Amino acid sequence: MAQASQPGVGRPIKPSGKLPYWVEPVFTIVAFGGFVIYSLWEVFFHNTGTYHNYVSPFFSPGVAGWFGFHVLSALYVVWVPFLFRFSCYYYRREYYRAFSFHPFGCAVAEPKANRSRPYKGEWKINNLHRYAWFLAVIVLIFLWKDVVQAFIFPNGFGVGVGSLILLVNAILLTGYTFSCHAFRNMIGGRKDCFSCTAHGKKTTSYKLWHRISEANVYHGAWAWASLFSVWIADLYIRLLIMGVIHDVRLF
Amino acid sequence: MNIETMETHSFDILVLGSGGAGLRAAVEAASGGGMSVGIIGKSLLGKAHTVMAEGGAAASIGNVDGHDSWQTHFYDTMKSGHYINNFRTVEVFAKEAPARVLELEQWGAVFDRTPEGMIMQRAFGGHSFRRLAHIGDRTGMELLRTLQYRAISMNIEIFQEVTITRLLMDGSRIAGVFGYHRSDGHFVLFKTKALVLATGGWGKVFKVTSNSWESTGDGAAMAYRQGAELQDMEMVQFHPTGMVWPPGVAGLLVTEGVRGEGGILYNSEKDRFMLRYDPERQELSTRDVVARSIFREVQEGRGTPHGGAWLDISNKGADFIKKKLPGMYEQLLTLGDIDITKSPFEVAPTCHYTMGGVKAHAETCATNIPGLFAAGEVACGLHGANRLGGNSLADILVFGRRAGIAARDYAGSRTDDVAVSEKEIEAEAERILKPFSRPDGENPYAIHAELQETMSKHVGIVRDQKLLEDGLEQILKLQERAKNMGAKGGRTYNPGWHAVFDVENMLLLSELIIRGALERKESRGGHWRSDYPEELEEMGQWNFVHEISPNGDRIKKERVPVMPPALQEICSRPVAPGKEPSPNVDQRKGASS
Amino acid sequence: MSDQYVLSIFRGDQNEGEEKTYQVPAIPGMVVLDAVHYVQAHDAPDLGVRWNCKAAHCGSCSAEINGMPKLMCKTRLDDYQGQVVHIQPMRTFPIVKDLVADVSWNYEVAKKIEAFAPVNAAPFRMQQWDVDRVQEFHHCIECFLCQDVCHVLREHDAQDQYFGPRFMVKMAEFEMHPVDGADRVPQLKNEGGIGMCNVTKCCTEVCPQHIHITDNAIIPLKERVADRYYDPIRKFFRRLNKNKKEESSSSTVPSKV
Repeated sequence: MAQASQPGVGRPIKPSGKLPYWVEPVFTIVAFGGFVIYSLWEVFFHNTGTYHNYVSPFFSPGVAGWFGFHVLSALYVVWVPFLFRFSCYYYRREYYRAFSFHPFGCAVAEPKANRSRPYKGEWKINNLHRYAWFLAVIVLIFLWKDVVQAFIFPNGFGVGVGSLILLVNAILLTGYTFSCHAFRNMIGGRKDCFSCTAHGKKTTSYKLWHRISEANVYHGAWAWASLFSVWIADLYIRLLIMGVIHDVRLF
Repeated sequence: MNIETMETHSFDILVLGSGGAGLRAAVEAASGGGMSVGIIGKSLLGKAHTVMAEGGAAASIGNVDGHDSWQTHFYDTMKSGHYINNFRTVEVFAKEAPARVLELEQWGAVFDRTPEGMIMQRAFGGHSFRRLAHIGDRTGMELLRTLQYRAISMNIEIFQEVTITRLLMDGSRIAGVFGYHRSDGHFVLFKTKALVLATGGWGKVFKVTSNSWESTGDGAAMAYRQGAELQDMEMVQFHPTGMVWPPGVAGLLVTEGVRGEGGILYNSEKDRFMLRYDPERQELSTRDVVARSIFREVQEGRGTPHGGAWLDISNKGADFIKKKLPGMYEQLLTLGDIDITKSPFEVAPTCHYTMGGVKAHAETCATNIPGLFAAGEVACGLHGANRLGGNSLADILVFGRRAGIAARDYAGSRTDDVAVSEKEIEAEAERILKPFSRPDGENPYAIHAELQETMSKHVGIVRDQKLLEDGLEQILKLQERAKNMGAKGGRTYNPGWHAVFDVENMLLLSELIIRGALERKESRGGHWRSDYPEELEEMGQWNFVHEISPNGDRIKKERVPVMPPALQEICSRPVAPGKEPSPNVDQRKGASS
Repeated sequence: MSDQYVLSIFRGDQNEGEEKTYQVPAIPGMVVLDAVHYVQAHDAPDLGVRWNCKAAHCGSCSAEINGMPKLMCKTRLDDYQGQVVHIQPMRTFPIVKDLVADVSWNYEVAKKIEAFAPVNAAPFRMQQWDVDRVQEFHHCIECFLCQDVCHVLREHDAQDQYFGPRFMVKMAEFEMHPVDGADRVPQLKNEGGIGMCNVTKCCTEVCPQHIHITDNAIIPLKERVADRYYDPIRKFFRRLNKNKKEESSSSTVPSKV
């Protein structure tokens, strides 16, 4: 309908006062692409992510170690956050825009190739985001354990730059995980009426749902921030292991 | 042109106008089943001027103020209408409004809630109690949307973007309507046993107006041409608070809800002038009083830079304002560059509502033409000389329903076939196409602009004999020029052509407004004459009724219906019913909770 | 400030058309619709344009301004200082003429949605905080800009497979109403085609009423569809419960779990 019936339309878009429409998807391509390449390098070329009391989020929990081997040990873990992020409602927006041009920008014509291929909607597997969420929560528990460990040095409690990086990383990941749309549904979003069973009182379910809804507004910000924090945390520990830098003890 | 091949529809009940009153009438007419119902709108469905109603629907449900009752609502409405309303209309209205509002809730409207979980009601100008059931500042939209979705779930045939130019008669009875589809200009004929007129008002005759483009009074003008009686045409409401600056948005409505929620009016000297004009009700006085007060302040040199008053609600806090008045916040921010949570803003009166219209029976909405019923702003009787805010949304519900019932009864009682005159239709079709034969004729937009200029200057908030006489002369001249209006281009969605018929209707109604205003030699409600500044008891006994006649139009003086003693007793009380023991209750207290 | 604006407005119909240039004197605070009206009154009386309230309440004057779907009454011309302002009709829908698009498809979709069906009679007792969620959806002015920008409808012409964002919002409005008793989840999945939405959020970006269409309407509905159709564990428990003939003790309306 659109193509045939609309002569003379299809101008380039430049909404005034805003960034050009392509900035965002290009940023996604660069950031996401960079992270994936980095992850592949990390997963396939390293077998440990531990530096003294610091454990890289890529290698935690150390599932491979539980079975007594240390080949591609990150591979046993990274699929969880990968699945969680892949099925995340926010990341879907990003990768459908940036990588499959469905659409590249709002009101921007999709490439011809996209049009000739029938669009069938999004992948059904994404409906299982809630299970990825549960797995991500398990991983998150281990990450918090790592944070505690990162503050315990051989000579007792201490604070290093690495400890702070891991702490911030865990906080951001927690924010990302608990502002999830699927969790928001599970905790109360699927109810139509909160007050009906509670004689007009606010239920715990409502309060939780309300708080999560507030955090959910910033789900995209949590998503990016936690992606970069994981990246930085891993890179920091990798550089420590490689001896490129040295951890600074602050306390 | 061949009438056999013309698109023709036949209905038992046809509703003209797809705003709130029209949809409510159609829903009612169809709910009985067994009758075919059609509804025609000049715009798309759900776009009618009802969406512009912001503040709320007045109904004495008493959720917030338990002392409220239909008697108080009756008292307030009669008082505000300066007793030239039809008492029976008001009585029916006040009694039925609560049920109509609750019915909407049943159909899916979600009103704001009280802490107990019931429908919230807010304070409004001239209402003794907090009475307006509302949804933020978009109550009209909620009503319209609810009725719209109710209507499409029923067996009602909906015609969108159809202009009707003529009502067709079968002898003295209504037989149908004739017009064309705006999208492609092809003619369409509707035959019907009963017709509900719900075409709204004609606020577009003024320059500074809060009205949508549709408010051109088509229904009233067409009914008048077929002999319907129009009443109280001189009564036009100017809403006190329209936007002033920038000029692009001048006239745009600032809801009375701003004052209802605690907004204060100041003049340029930081004086809260409403304390002088109406110490009792202050900002929440009736619209005629507040509009006139602002007008006076400006005239006496205490106006704001762009000729208005300051309205300030910033003391209420940003959260509260964004929650209770989100539309206003956004409107002033994007269109006026003003953050109302931080600073006051300029307001000035803007044309808002036409109280006059087709004289309709209090209980059945029947007009003097058999088979023709009128409901909503096009009808007359409820509001008298000044409408209370919130009464129009309740009006369309109460009388939309009643018109639907009456139309159903009338259509059911009519067993014979409807006959339309082929000749009449052919003549009308020719008239509709006439403007195309004058591509270089008068520009309807230019005539409309001149009409608005004239009306605003001569028949605005303040009127006098000289102004009115000059105005009439100019309108009559414009009417002559309008006979030569032309249209360029084709019949496909051609606004220039559509405007011709709008302008014709507005010119006719403008003339009636002025003629009515000349007759009413007093000041009453929305009608203020500087040469007769007092409200006169003698004048208060009359309604002016306009009627077409072969020797030019006539104005009849008709006695305002006399109330039975029980209602008279209510109106003669010194304070509103339910207010008696109250030791000086601040109306506004708690409205903000 | 420049003293005039240059508008390039699409003139034509279904079959042919092109942009024509008009000059309009600048007035402070002027919006695009004012400029279009000026053109109508002075240069082109037959310029087709839909509008009603000029206050962003009715949602009639939707168009694409420099390629972005917007309301003409809410778009200030001073946002386009020094630029030619291109105004075109919504391109997802067939053109009637000039800036008028044939949006009738939307009204056909509206009819398919199961009407509001309360489980008890008004007056309802509902807390404000309980209806806050659905009240957001009631802000919709049916301007159909979201329908216009949605790539499923715009680029893939999947009108037969997806109701579009507007009607996801409408269904959310009914579905999440505290006292509504109807079940629209099957309709959402099948006829409504909620799976066609890939949450790219352009609908939310263009919404003049700032409704969080994706986050608050579509995604929660997607989750409800997942609850019903894609969650094996919930399915299993539902079957178990059914077999035991026990009514679900969850606080949702049983038919909806």
